[in-house]
Amino acid sequence: MALVDWSRAQFALTALYHWLFVPLTLGTSFIIAIMETIYVKTGEEIWKRITKFWMTLFGINFAIGVATGIILEFEFGTNWSNYSWFVGDIFGAPLAIEGIMAFFMESTFIAVMFFGWNKVSKGFHLASSWLVAIGSNLSALWILVANAWMQDPVGMRFNPDTARNEMVNFWDVLLSPTAVNKFLHTISSAYTYSALFVIGVSAWYLLKKRNVLFFKKSMLVAATFGLAASIYMVLTGDESARQVFRTQPMKFAAMEGLYQGETNAPLVAIGIMGQTPNDENSKNNEWLTKIEIPNMLSYMAALDPHAFVPGVFDLVNGNKEQGIPSYYDKIKMGKKAIKALAMYKKATKSGNTQEAGDNLKTFKENYKYFGYGYYDNPNDLIPDVPLTFYSFHTMVGLGMLFLLIFIFTLIYTVKNKIDRKRWLLYVALWSIPLGLIAQESGWIVAELGRQPWVVQDYMPTLTAVSNINHTSVIITFVLFTVTFTVLLIAELKIMLKQIKGFNDGGH
Amino acid sequence: MVKFLKRAFYLYYDGFRSMTVGRKLWVIILIKLFFLFVILKIFFFPDFLKTKFGSDKERGDYVIEQITKPLK
Repeated sequence: MALVDWSRAQFALTALYHWLFVPLTLGTSFIIAIMETIYVKTGEEIWKRITKFWMTLFGINFAIGVATGIILEFEFGTNWSNYSWFVGDIFGAPLAIEGIMAFFMESTFIAVMFFGWNKVSKGFHLASSWLVAIGSNLSALWILVANAWMQDPVGMRFNPDTARNEMVNFWDVLLSPTAVNKFLHTISSAYTYSALFVIGVSAWYLLKKRNVLFFKKSMLVAATFGLAASIYMVLTGDESARQVFRTQPMKFAAMEGLYQGETNAPLVAIGIMGQTPNDENSKNNEWLTKIEIPNMLSYMAALDPHAFVPGVFDLVNGNKEQGIPSYYDKIKMGKKAIKALAMYKKATKSGNTQEAGDNLKTFKENYKYFGYGYYDNPNDLIPDVPLTFYSFHTMVGLGMLFLLIFIFTLIYTVKNKIDRKRWLLYVALWSIPLGLIAQESGWIVAELGRQPWVVQDYMPTLTAVSNINHTSVIITFVLFTVTFTVLLIAELKIMLKQIKGFNDGGH
Repeated sequence: MVKFLKRAFYLYYDGFRSMTVGRKLWVIILIKLFFLFVILKIFFFPDFLKTKFGSDKERGDYVIEQITKPLK
C-alpha cells in the first residue's frame, strides 16, 4: 500500500472509532434532559431514577469517547500537512470554536449534571442537563461545518502567495446549504441512534422481565424522541441528497449506481450491481438484479420527474445537450491553473512582475478546476461506485427500518402491550448494532463518495498527504488498532456491567 | 464570590470522592490521555510543517511546490 493509502486507512480507522461514541453523546444528552424534565414537572421519583440510570450510561459513553477526536487533529498536522495548510483559516475558526464550546459548556455543566444531585436546585440541575445537550450539539456543528466546506467549498479566496484558502465570508461557510443540511441530518441520525440504544437496552430488561415499569417508561420517551428524530432524519437526508446532486454530481451518480444519465431516471430502491461498465457503450451487465421506481430518481434529485440526472459517463465525457463539461475539459483547465501557479511563483521570486501578472490572470481564469489538473485519465476521478452505492442503500434501508421500529414500539408501549411483543423486543435489541452500521455507512458515503477529492474540485487526496516516511504511518496504524481495540473491550465491559447489573431498588 | 468558589470546589471534590464506576473510567481516560499526548503526539505526530520550516513563508513556499508538481 502506498503512503496515501496508509494515511487514509489510519484516518478512516480513527474517524470510524470516534464516531462509535459521538452519536450517543449527541442524542442521549437530549433524551436524559427530557426524562429529567418529566421528573421535575411530575415530581415522581421513578423519573429521577430513570434519568440517573441513563445518565450513568451517557457518562460511560462520554468518558470512552473522550479524546478520540483529538487524534484526528494530530493526523491533520502530521499526515495531511498540505491539506491542513491549504484549508488555512477555514478550519481554524470552526475547530477553535468547537474546542471553546466543548470546554466551557459541556465540561462545566457536566460536573453539575453528575455531581449536583441534591446539591443544587432542581431547576439549576435541569438547566445544566439541557446545557450539556445543547453544548455537545453546538460542538458538533463546527466540525460538521468544516467537513461540509470540504464537500462544497464556499466563502473563501485562494491566496496564491501563501497557498492558503482565506475565509472571506464566515456566514457563507456557516450557513451554506451543504453545511446546514449536513449538520441537521447528522444530529438527527445521532438522535435516532440514541433512541435505538435506549429502546434496545430497555428491550433487554423487558425480555428478562426485570424493572419492567422503569424500562417501559424509558421506552416511551425514547420511542417518541426516536420517531420525531427519524422522520426529521429522512427529510434532511432527502434534502442532503439533493444538495449532493447539485454540488457533487459524481458522488450522487455513485450513490445511485448510475453510469448512464437519463431523463425520467428511475430510482434503484434495491439492487445488486454486476460488472462495472468500461464506458458508455459497454455491453456489460451493470445490474444482476434490481427493483426500480420509475421517474423517482429524477424527482428526488430535482423535484421534477422529467429532470435529467447525469451518470458517471456524462460527467466524464461531458454532455453538450445538458450543458455538462467533460472531465477532459476540466483536466485541461486544471493543468493550465497548476502550471500558471508554478510560473507565477517563479516569476514573483525573480521579480518579473509582467510574467507574474500574466500567470496570475491565467491561474484565476482556470482555478475553478485546479484539482483536475493532476490527472491524465478521467477514470481516476471516479469514486468506488459499488461501495458508495451499497453504503448509501444500507444507510437508507436501515433508516426506514428504524422508523418502523419506533412506530411499532410507540404504539405497543402506549397500549401497554410492549412487554408481550417479544419479537419486537428482539428486533429492538438487535437494532443497536444495526444503528451503528447505519451511522458508519453514512460516513463512508460522505467520505468515500467524495474521492478522489479532499476538497471538492480543488485538492485531491493524493496531493493532501505529507511527504513523510510511511513506516511511521504503518506503525501508528498498528498502534491505534491494538490500543483502541484493547481500550474498547475494557470500556464496553464497564458499559455492559453497568447495564446488566442494574436493579431499580426492588421497585 | 468566595462562597461560590467554595461551593464549586466542594461540588467537584465531593463528586470525585463519591465516584464508583467513574473511578475506573477516569483510569482509562488518564491512560488514554497519556498515550495520546505523551507517547503519540511527541514521538509519532509532530506537526510536519512546523517541525520542518521556521516561518509561514517557508511553509507556504513548500506547499506551493508540493501542489504544483505532478502526482507520482
